[in-house]
Amino acid sequence: MQPTHSSRRILLPVRNWFIVLTLFLALLLNLVPFGRLPGIPDWVALVLAFWCVHQPLKVGMAAGFVLGLAMDVADASVMGQHALAYVLLAFAAAGLSRRVLWFPLAQQALHVLPLFLGMQLVMMIARMIGGAEFPGVLWFLSSFVAALLWHPVTYLLLIPQFRPEDKDVHRPI
Amino acid sequence: MSVAGHVPPPFFKRGPAPLVRLAFFVSLSLILLIADLRFHTLEWARLAVATVAWPLQRVTWMPIDAAGDFGAYLARQSALLKENQELRRRQLEAANLLLRQQHLEQENLRLRALLDMRARLPVEGRIAEILYAARDPFSRRVIIDKGSQHGIAGGQAVVDEVGVIGQVVRVFPLTAEVLLLTDKDQAIPVEVQRNGLRAVLAGVGAGMMELRFLASNAEVQVGDVLVTSGLDGVYLRGLPVAKVVKIDRDSSYSFARITCAPLAGVERHGLTLVLGARTALPPQPDDAPATPERPAGGKRIKKKTR
Repeated sequence: MQPTHSSRRILLPVRNWFIVLTLFLALLLNLVPFGRLPGIPDWVALVLAFWCVHQPLKVGMAAGFVLGLAMDVADASVMGQHALAYVLLAFAAAGLSRRVLWFPLAQQALHVLPLFLGMQLVMMIARMIGGAEFPGVLWFLSSFVAALLWHPVTYLLLIPQFRPEDKDVHRPI
Repeated sequence: MSVAGHVPPPFFKRGPAPLVRLAFFVSLSLILLIADLRFHTLEWARLAVATVAWPLQRVTWMPIDAAGDFGAYLARQSALLKENQELRRRQLEAANLLLRQQHLEQENLRLRALLDMRARLPVEGRIAEILYAARDPFSRRVIIDKGSQHGIAGGQAVVDEVGVIGQVVRVFPLTAEVLLLTDKDQAIPVEVQRNGLRAVLAGVGAGMMELRFLASNAEVQVGDVLVTSGLDGVYLRGLPVAKVVKIDRDSSYSFARITCAPLAGVERHGLTLVLGARTALPPQPDDAPATPERPAGGKRIKKKTR
C-alpha cells in the first residue's frame, strides 16, 4: 500500500500540530553540530518539501521564510540566505504537488532531487556573489542523501494518517 | 467574461496568488541578504534570535557530547599513559623557557625603560574551548564556549599553544564566533621572522593562506616562519602564524604567489586562548595634508555637472 494518489487507500486528514511538531524537530536535527561533515542532509528542507508536496494549502512559502531565518541564525551564515532558498523550494514543491503524488516513491524522490540541488545552488550563488569561497563538490552530496531519505520520511510522516477510522482499543497505533 | 464593475466571487479564498507571494518573500529575503552582506546591520536581530534559541541549541549538542564522552570512556589506558608522558616531557622542555622568561621580561622592562620606550602592554588571556565548527560551508568559523558574559569582545585574537587561530567576530551572551585565519575574508599583517619583511597574509580557503602583494623577487624562502607584526593593533607582535610552503615566482606577474600553511591547529578542535583586547593605537595621520589653496571659509566649491 503506497501513500500516493494512485493507491486506493484513503488517509486521515493531517493534524496541524503534527506539521508544526515535525518542522520543529527537523530544525532541532539541523542544529546538531556536525561541522563540515559532508552528506548530512538538510532536514528542514526535506520536511518542508514533504509538507509542501503533501499539504500545499497548509505549508508554503511563509513557513519556508520563517524556518530559513531560524537556520540563518543557527548556521552563522548570512541573514536571508536560507530564507531565499527555502522560499524558492517551497514554491517549487507546492507547484509539483499535483503531479508528483501520482508517481511511486522512487520516482517522487527523483522529482524532488532537482529541487534540493536547486536550493543549494541558490545558496551558493547568493554567497559567492558576496565573495565567499567555493564549498567543494562534496557539499552537494547532502541533496542526494535527502532524496534517498524521501522514501522513509514519507512513511514516517504519514504514520498518524494511516490509522484506521474506527479505533481499535487493542492496537497501539 | 465579467461585467464591468462586477467581479464574480471566488469559490475558495486562498489569499494572493502563489507568484505574488513568491515575489514578496523573495524580495524580502533579498533585502535581508543585501542588508547583511553589504551593510552588516542585522546583528541585533541575530543576537535576539540566538539568545532565544540558546537552550534549544544546548539540547541538540547533547547527543554529540554524549558520543564524545563515550569515546573518551573507551579510550585505552595505554593511550592515556602515553599522552601523560608526552605532556610531562613537553612541560619539562617548556620549563626551561618559562623559568628564563621571568628573568628576560624583567630585563626587557629595564632596557626599555633605559631606552625610554613605552612598556609593552601586559595582556591577559582567557581559556576557551572550541565547541564545534559552524555549519556554514562558505566560511571558516568555529564557535567557542565563552561569550560576552565572560568578557569576550569582538576583535580579540584567538591563539592556541602553537600560534594564531583567528579572531572573534561575533559575540553572543554565552558563545562567540571565531573567524579562522584560513577564511577568505580574513587578513592578518605579518612579518618574516628571519628578516623582518612585512606583508599581509590572507586566507584562500581549503586550509591554506597566501602572502599577498610581495614582489616576485622578495626575500622569502620556503620554510620561513611568519609571525604577526602587530601593525594592526589587534594581534600582539611576534605570535607565530604560518610557514611558507610553496613559492611561485612567475615573472609575468608583478607579485609572487606565496602559499603558506597555518602553524596552529586552525582546523582542529581543542582549547584556545582568547587574548585580551589591546588598547587602540594612536589615530593614523591624515592621508593628504591640508593644502593651503583651499578657500578660507572651508567650503568646497561644488562643480555642477548639469
